Amino acid sequence: MEIFQTDLLCIGAGLAGERVAIEAAENGFSVICLSLVPARRSHSSAAQGGMQAALGNSFMSENDSPDIHFNDTVKGSDWGADQEVVRIFVNNAPIAIRQMAFLGVPWSRILSGKQTYYKGGKPFIIFEKKENEGLIHSRSFGGTAKWRTCYTSDGTGHSVLFALDNRVAQLGVEIHDKTEAIALIHDGKTCLGAVVRCLKTGELRVYLARAILIASGGFGRIYRASTNAVINDGGAHIAALNTGVVPLGNPEAIQFHPTGIVPTDILVTEGCRGDGGILLDVNKYRFMPDYEPDKAELASRDVVSRRMIEHIRNGFGVKSAYGDHLWLDIRCLGEHHIKTNLREVKDICENFLGIDPITQLIPVRPTQHYCMAGIRTNKDGAVYGLKGLFAAGEAACWDMHGFNRLGGNSLSETIVAGMVVGIKIVEFLRGADTIIKMSVVNDAYAKQKSRIKDIINCSNGHENTFAILEKVHDALTNGVGIFRNEKNLVESIESLKETLFLARHIGLKSNGSGANPELALALKIEGSVKLALCVAQSALMRTESRGSHTREDYPDRNDRDWLNRTLATWTKEYDDMPTLTYEIATPSFELLPGERGYGSGKIIPMKVIPTSKSLNTN
Amino acid sequence: MSRILKLNIFRYNPKDLNSKPHIETFILNETESMTLFIALNRIRSEQDPSLQFDFCCRAGICGACAMIINGRPDLACRTKTKDLPDNITLLPLPIFKLIADLSVDTGSWFRQMYQKVESWIHTDMVFDSNAQEERMTNHLAEKIYEVDRCIECGCCVAGCGTAIMRENFLGAVSLNRLARFILDPRDKRTTNAYFDLVGTDEGIFGCMGLLACEDVCPKQIPLQDQLGKLRRKLALAAINNVLPKFLRG
Repeated sequence: MEIFQTDLLCIGAGLAGERVAIEAAENGFSVICLSLVPARRSHSSAAQGGMQAALGNSFMSENDSPDIHFNDTVKGSDWGADQEVVRIFVNNAPIAIRQMAFLGVPWSRILSGKQTYYKGGKPFIIFEKKENEGLIHSRSFGGTAKWRTCYTSDGTGHSVLFALDNRVAQLGVEIHDKTEAIALIHDGKTCLGAVVRCLKTGELRVYLARAILIASGGFGRIYRASTNAVINDGGAHIAALNTGVVPLGNPEAIQFHPTGIVPTDILVTEGCRGDGGILLDVNKYRFMPDYEPDKAELASRDVVSRRMIEHIRNGFGVKSAYGDHLWLDIRCLGEHHIKTNLREVKDICENFLGIDPITQLIPVRPTQHYCMAGIRTNKDGAVYGLKGLFAAGEAACWDMHGFNRLGGNSLSETIVAGMVVGIKIVEFLRGADTIIKMSVVNDAYAKQKSRIKDIINCSNGHENTFAILEKVHDALTNGVGIFRNEKNLVESIESLKETLFLARHIGLKSNGSGANPELALALKIEGSVKLALCVAQSALMRTESRGSHTREDYPDRNDRDWLNRTLATWTKEYDDMPTLTYEIATPSFELLPGERGYGSGKIIPMKVIPTSKSLNTN
Repeated sequence: MSRILKLNIFRYNPKDLNSKPHIETFILNETESMTLFIALNRIRSEQDPSLQFDFCCRAGICGACAMIINGRPDLACRTKTKDLPDNITLLPLPIFKLIADLSVDTGSWFRQMYQKVESWIHTDMVFDSNAQEERMTNHLAEKIYEVDRCIECGCCVAGCGTAIMRENFLGAVSLNRLARFILDPRDKRTTNAYFDLVGTDEGIFGCMGLLACEDVCPKQIPLQDQLGKLRRKLALAAINNVLPKFLRG
């Protein structure tokens, strides 16, 4: 048994994981980051659009402030967010963005003088002030009152990840890439480390640490059509769920992005609409202003996605061999803008669709994109249920997004949470001493060893792992998409329960030697079904519509009964269903529940209106 | 009409004692809009679940899936089968250590590269969280981003004649990285400091100017332009350094 020991173990080396790693390393602690892929291939690198921070530099963002950012974020969340966390986030975002500039990110900058910008497909002219020349620029994104999304062309995630990973290299943080944490080591109270499979050799290792961070991104790949990278399969969520004591927060809160391309489901950035692009239907008619007169294409993602599906259901979709879609039109932005600020979009259109977006329309439809759902932490990033375990970024439910995340707020969250949680982990490491009980470590290692042996030897059966994943995809597609209802959810859950039984009887077809990919999938498959069941069951129980969670049979947002957060735990390994409990959405209110200003829907008000900043227990 | 594709794939799993390096042929019916991402995943799930290859973003952004496709390094995820003949040969990237089949260890190679060229901003300044950001012209930001777009896929190294002959050659990706820092005023290194890192035959003076790096770069980064400028700058520095002090520029 090969054992690695370190102060901090980061599971994941994307933006959140590396930002935490930097904080710990700068304070003198040893850090090892585990990553499924070389760090710079983490899915953070694919984030195109930008990062929200209220810098207020440009004409269109004049007088922006963290307070306005706060209001946008809470409204975007449909009041599902923890408002104390949102406050921490908006206040720190400008600092985090500027720190990235300091570390080398080539943020796009303001040009002074007469500028032509676009909104809703039409140009307008403004004058950028001389004194703002060369400051960090920002673009418009959905659901925001100001232009607040700082960007590097449309390669923001890439450029920030490269800058962070450069700093990681400078600090000598160890990156163990092509490794996968398959189980957390814990004694029911404290997390001690992880059992890890090397994806170069297949060997099993143990990593022990005083603090463990999960920053592994989302689990969108349990859906068939997802914009996510293939590594976003929820492996670390599964490890957390399998502890039996760590809850997932709001598993039903899954975001569908309006503009995944058809086919292949690859994302084209919200920046397309933010910069002035529009959505068209089969008649080349711009339909969004009819549904959302004020925000049009720039309402929040949940609203735009719902309206698009509604419009397709009304018969205005474009027929294709891959199902109905709509058009995204960025032709009005012109060649120069597309070639400088939307060049990834151009690359993707050319490479995967064979079209040129300067002259042609882009086929799009709403596609699974983001998990507001995640491993539940408090405002310090400390995970519920196990001491020494932390989570940050998309993997976590911190919870600043509630039931819908605004575009540009997730990339921003990674580095802000990385900074804030990093500081808290440093405090924790300064105070903490962990006593490692080797019996716990040996047991955890032996359990994984024998699990692998059983799967390779087909000791429990011969069920096909790939076929089981298809069943998970089917169940989620049928019941837990954009529009949900009791009948379909119940069907999905029944089918997932049957699939869970099959998943407990899998066996490999291949011999499992080395970094065998079938084994990698097999080790997660039962957990994938459990994750899917958490999502489906939480969606069934939440009998209201809030943010991205839309129940056709319960269309109202119900603040009276459901202004809360689902906590899903898998209490016993052989349980067939998760255990659901609920907690209040936010310990205090800066912004009382009200209308979002887009996505007209009825609201059932709270019985007792809490006073601002007071503890609400409704 | 849909074609029947023949995929000839390099197979070898060093961790399997029974495995020997060989080419294995898989037959697959082509479907509409098929990419090598779709083709290889179908082979894995339908024919041989032990087949190893690397994909991540599958959108041409992360650089994970570079391999030799009919003799040329490229990203597999964005390679459409309709652009290929029905006989397709896939080999792992050379230079990088083989993990198994089409999977290679690019991570270790690139991490040692970061140390060799000290791939980070060198500065004595300390970040001030209360201060406004330092200004930069948008033109310069765009110029830096132009070369910072590199996705470290390894195609330029795999396609490089010098890298094949000279084991420690840094390759275009590393030299381009240094060029990126030279452009960036936040990096305070002197020309001599850059010279010390890459002013050798393993570095900028090893490049034979064969241009393959730029030809195969999936991001169309102007690598030869960057390498040319770097070579001129460091050659001038070399001459300058041998001049008597009173003649140095």
